[in-house]
Amino acid sequence: MSAVVSLSNVHKSFSAIRVLNGVSFEVGRGEVAAVIGQSGSGKSTALRCINALETINQGTIEVCGHAVHDPKLDRRALRRDVGIVFQSYNLFPHLTAEQNIMLAPTCVKSLSKPAARDLAREVLARVGLAEKADHYPEQLSGGQQQRVAIARSLAMQPKLMLFDEVTSALDPQLTGEVLKVMEDLARGGMTMILVTHEMAFARKVASKVIYMHQGKVWESGPGAMLDNPQTPELRNFVGSGL
Amino acid sequence: MPSFSFVHFQFLCWAALWTIGLSAIAFVGGGLLGFAVALARISDSRPLRIAAVVYIQIVQGTPLLILLFLIYFGIAIAGFNQVPAIIAAGAGLTIYSSGFLAEIWRGCIQSVPKTQWEAAECLALTRWQRMSRVILPQAMRIATAPTVGFLVQIIKNTSLASVVGFIELAQAGKLINNSIFEPFTIFIVVACFYFAICFPLSTWSRSLERKLNVGRR
Repeated sequence: MSAVVSLSNVHKSFSAIRVLNGVSFEVGRGEVAAVIGQSGSGKSTALRCINALETINQGTIEVCGHAVHDPKLDRRALRRDVGIVFQSYNLFPHLTAEQNIMLAPTCVKSLSKPAARDLAREVLARVGLAEKADHYPEQLSGGQQQRVAIARSLAMQPKLMLFDEVTSALDPQLTGEVLKVMEDLARGGMTMILVTHEMAFARKVASKVIYMHQGKVWESGPGAMLDNPQTPELRNFVGSGL
Repeated sequence: MPSFSFVHFQFLCWAALWTIGLSAIAFVGGGLLGFAVALARISDSRPLRIAAVVYIQIVQGTPLLILLFLIYFGIAIAGFNQVPAIIAAGAGLTIYSSGFLAEIWRGCIQSVPKTQWEAAECLALTRWQRMSRVILPQAMRIATAPTVGFLVQIIKNTSLASVVGFIELAQAGKLINNSIFEPFTIFIVVACFYFAICFPLSTWSRSLERKLNVGRR
């Protein structure tokens, strides 16, 4: 299994605050890695570093063959391979669901309008929203918006998908519908890294769980690791969730 | 001594067209220049940003009247005597409006949430695609009401163009007054003209603001 993502000794600070303190991990093709940890443990920052939304101070990050730590990184080439979904959906409010999805394929991959529309319909169907193509984001529920955001990323056929606390803003029912879409993706063989607070989902779907604490990978292993924490910090973290 | 008559009214109507024409020149010219300055103001390049800030500060810190004098006499000193008044007035008002529109639009562009930039960036759009397809369409909605509001300012400020000999509404009023000396009547009529041009715009601006506040972002 070749590594799609590999972080090695990554350090990142925001002015005086050290957020990542030597983070190393690998994610192989088809793997689903769940990054868990308290707020402020650096998990979202780690995810943003993978996509070059943050530049790191030290260490190396290789993603799908791109040297992300290299100042000469071709960001657009990286972003063609990596999709990201945000906590706040970040759909474009002036475009319909379908137009949101068509934008990047037409602009970046020079797809024709009809081809992009077919693609949009296809990915919308995959997230169960085929009938919402002509709706504007504000006409959709949070869960539906998030599924459109996932579809928008999928339309670029990324090799890796990043999910940054995508269900944190949703109620349990809407969370369920978004998680189902993600589970389907995982089953379809998509390589995924998700920062999440959904422990049950991490345990069930993730092939690898990465527990971060104080800007480091504190403990990592298969989902079953959550049932048998090795460190007091993880035991505490898992325990507090029950 | 003749009193205010239909001929005078016709003259004012003709002058009002020049006021509107000069406003249009100032708005279109100032809009194009202002848009470029707004983009420079938020560009990645530091020297460009600084140049834009300096430009905006100088324009906003100079009275329009002085700006008009500087251009009118400046062009003459540069060797082009007999500058047509419309060129001097048009140039002065263009520079004036560009300085304000740049800052209004910069604010509108920057009030589009940063996460929208990020989302567009993460879809591999180029900087220009991000700007033109994602940010500007949203910024334009925010900008419409204040822009129309500023258009009213431009129209009223064209009255200063009279100092370089441009015959627009205010200057026409002065000319009529020189011949019949009924200042109060004449300037009431002139004021009514300005009001008739500006009021629909102000109303439109307010209704746009209402619509855009409650509507889609």
